[in-house]
Amino acid sequence: MSPAAYVFLSVILFVIGGIGVLVRRNAIVIFMCIELMLNACNLAFVAFARMHGNLDGQVVAFFVMVVAAAEVVVGLAILMAIYRARKSASVDDANLLKY
Amino acid sequence: MTTLAATGALRASWLLLAFPIFGAAVLLLGGRRTDKWGHLLGVAMPLAAFVYGLIAFFTLLGYSGNREIDLHMYSWIPVAGFQANIGLLIDPLSICFVLLITGVGSLIHIYSVGYMAHDSDRRRFFGYMNLFIAAMLLLVLGDNYLALYAGWEGVGLASYLLIGFWQFKPSAAVASKKAFVVNRVGDAGLSLAIMLMFAEFGTFTFTGVFNGSKSAGSGVALALGLLLLLGACGKSAQLPLQSWLLDAMEGPTPVSALIHAATMVTAGVYLMVRSNPILAQAADARIAVAIVGAATLLFGGIIACAKDDIKKSLAGSTMSQIGYMMLGAGLGPAGYAFAIAQLLAHGFFKAGLFLGAGSVMHGMDDEVNMRRYGALARVMPVTSVTFGLAYLAIIGIPPFSGFFTKDPIIDAAWESGGTSGWLLGAAAIIGAGITAFYMTRMVLMTFAGTKRWEEHAHPHESPAVMTWPMIILAIGSVGAGAFLIVNDRLVNFLAPVVGVPPVSHGIWTGPGLIALALALIAVAGAWAIYGRVPVPETAPRGSFVTVAARKDLYGDAFNESVLMRPGQWLTRLSVYFDSRGVDGLVNTTAATIGGSSGRLRRIQTGFVRSYALSMLLGAVLLVAGLLVVRL
Repeated sequence: MSPAAYVFLSVILFVIGGIGVLVRRNAIVIFMCIELMLNACNLAFVAFARMHGNLDGQVVAFFVMVVAAAEVVVGLAILMAIYRARKSASVDDANLLKY
Repeated sequence: MTTLAATGALRASWLLLAFPIFGAAVLLLGGRRTDKWGHLLGVAMPLAAFVYGLIAFFTLLGYSGNREIDLHMYSWIPVAGFQANIGLLIDPLSICFVLLITGVGSLIHIYSVGYMAHDSDRRRFFGYMNLFIAAMLLLVLGDNYLALYAGWEGVGLASYLLIGFWQFKPSAAVASKKAFVVNRVGDAGLSLAIMLMFAEFGTFTFTGVFNGSKSAGSGVALALGLLLLLGACGKSAQLPLQSWLLDAMEGPTPVSALIHAATMVTAGVYLMVRSNPILAQAADARIAVAIVGAATLLFGGIIACAKDDIKKSLAGSTMSQIGYMMLGAGLGPAGYAFAIAQLLAHGFFKAGLFLGAGSVMHGMDDEVNMRRYGALARVMPVTSVTFGLAYLAIIGIPPFSGFFTKDPIIDAAWESGGTSGWLLGAAAIIGAGITAFYMTRMVLMTFAGTKRWEEHAHPHESPAVMTWPMIILAIGSVGAGAFLIVNDRLVNFLAPVVGVPPVSHGIWTGPGLIALALALIAVAGAWAIYGRVPVPETAPRGSFVTVAARKDLYGDAFNESVLMRPGQWLTRLSVYFDSRGVDGLVNTTAATIGGSSGRLRRIQTGFVRSYALSMLLGAVLLVAGLLVVRL
């Protein structure tokens, strides 16, 4: 199977994730979309690692996973706090910091 | 010039300054607590200084050789390369001034006790007067130009405070401000001169500057001479800085007598005579001094002829008499001693005239218009006799003071040679005639003729505390000139400081006799106009000269049109340029940035997705950019 197919899949997943971040209002869903974008990147890294025959891409994929896990911890904590304060997980409601 | 360190009685010469400073400090800081006895302290302090002045004078006479005694008081600014010391120089020139200032000053203080008796602020008045005496003594006693300058500014301050003593009168407040501002022009000249001295000679002391000036270039000496002359013009009300003196008559009459006739306005003459080694190096500056003096003596005399206000007429006369002194000082060693003689005699007779005028005003409810006087000789016998003696002194009738002191100046001017000598001498002779005219006019309008009093006026002779100082000054007016001039007493006394006149004049001189004849003709002329026929109560229109002289020969108009209005235009132009040009540029820039950032901040919507979109766009742009560069 040609590596191009993995890259195309990765691009499709990244775009789906990006569109999800831009158009959805529920913070949990946005979060999941971000995870999707990160994992699209992971897929691309791993695919390229396999293509070039070295381990650099796979190592970076592990780093991304670690960062993603840390991000989930912090992000979900913030999300919980916002939900407790506002009884809503919509990101449009939290718009006080503006001009 | 070399000086000896002070010994014996002269070691205490700081007392001269300490007495009046103590008086001023107590009276001005003590407040209303000192109201009851303040005037007594105010009189006692100048008297004490006068007594010490006499002691110092006789001690100085006891020195046979060098009579220039220096007393170092303290180091004012002891910095390496800038030594400013306060020291007193007791020499023949300064001791003359000390005796004049404290002697005439004490008499005027005594007179003021009576004159200011009904003023609720008499204590403050005496405080300022003592402050003046202290500053004036520092001016004449300082052994360096910086101390002289401190005193110079001190008398300017006292003059300002005393002209505006009745500050509730707008005219007095304005007059004091005018005097201060005009004096500032002259003071700038003096301060520039002092800076130039320091730059050239590295010192302010008279000794150092005079020794240095001998080897200085003629350009430096000329610049110093002219700058000092500018300073002298401001303080002594000489052309072109004469305009403040006539307005200065808004102050109480004793102030006019002490500050604006006898002492402060003669400080310019002191400065010129003291700086004689500098003038000796700058012949052109000396000519300028003589020309200023000659021009002012005519200018002041013409103004004095037309004024109906007795004090303003006397003020014009003061300008004119100081013009004689400046003329004398401008003639070099031929005139210095006679300028000082005229100054001392003038101190007596002009103070006497002012005190007489004050006495008349005191009796006439502060009326100053001579057209409302007349026939006062019978009701004010003492005032009229003392005024008359001072009158004979000022117009130079022998054997009164003015004859002895003015004629040598006229003769020295005439003898100075060339066209300039002829012109200066002629101006001095004509000035003598003008002096006789306006003084005769004043005496006739005030003491002779018919009563032209206001209905409520009840003139009376002044109390003894006022008449005795006038009597003593009248005696001085009669005798001072002969005492100073006969046997060349003053000339010999001052010779170590100012040099010896090249020719001895004697008492009767040709130009002096012409001046005397002209004065007698002027007296007759004045009698024909103001004595033979009644004086009208309202001033007649008069010729164009009279009209001009009533307006101070357009001195104020000149200042207004040439200096004040262009100055106002300049400030208006600067304000316009500042608000429209500089401020406009700055404000436009600020408004542009403020407005555009106000619109720009609308980008911050607060919605997460818009931020996410901008991040995405940024990332896309970045990637696109990289691709473009790669391709």
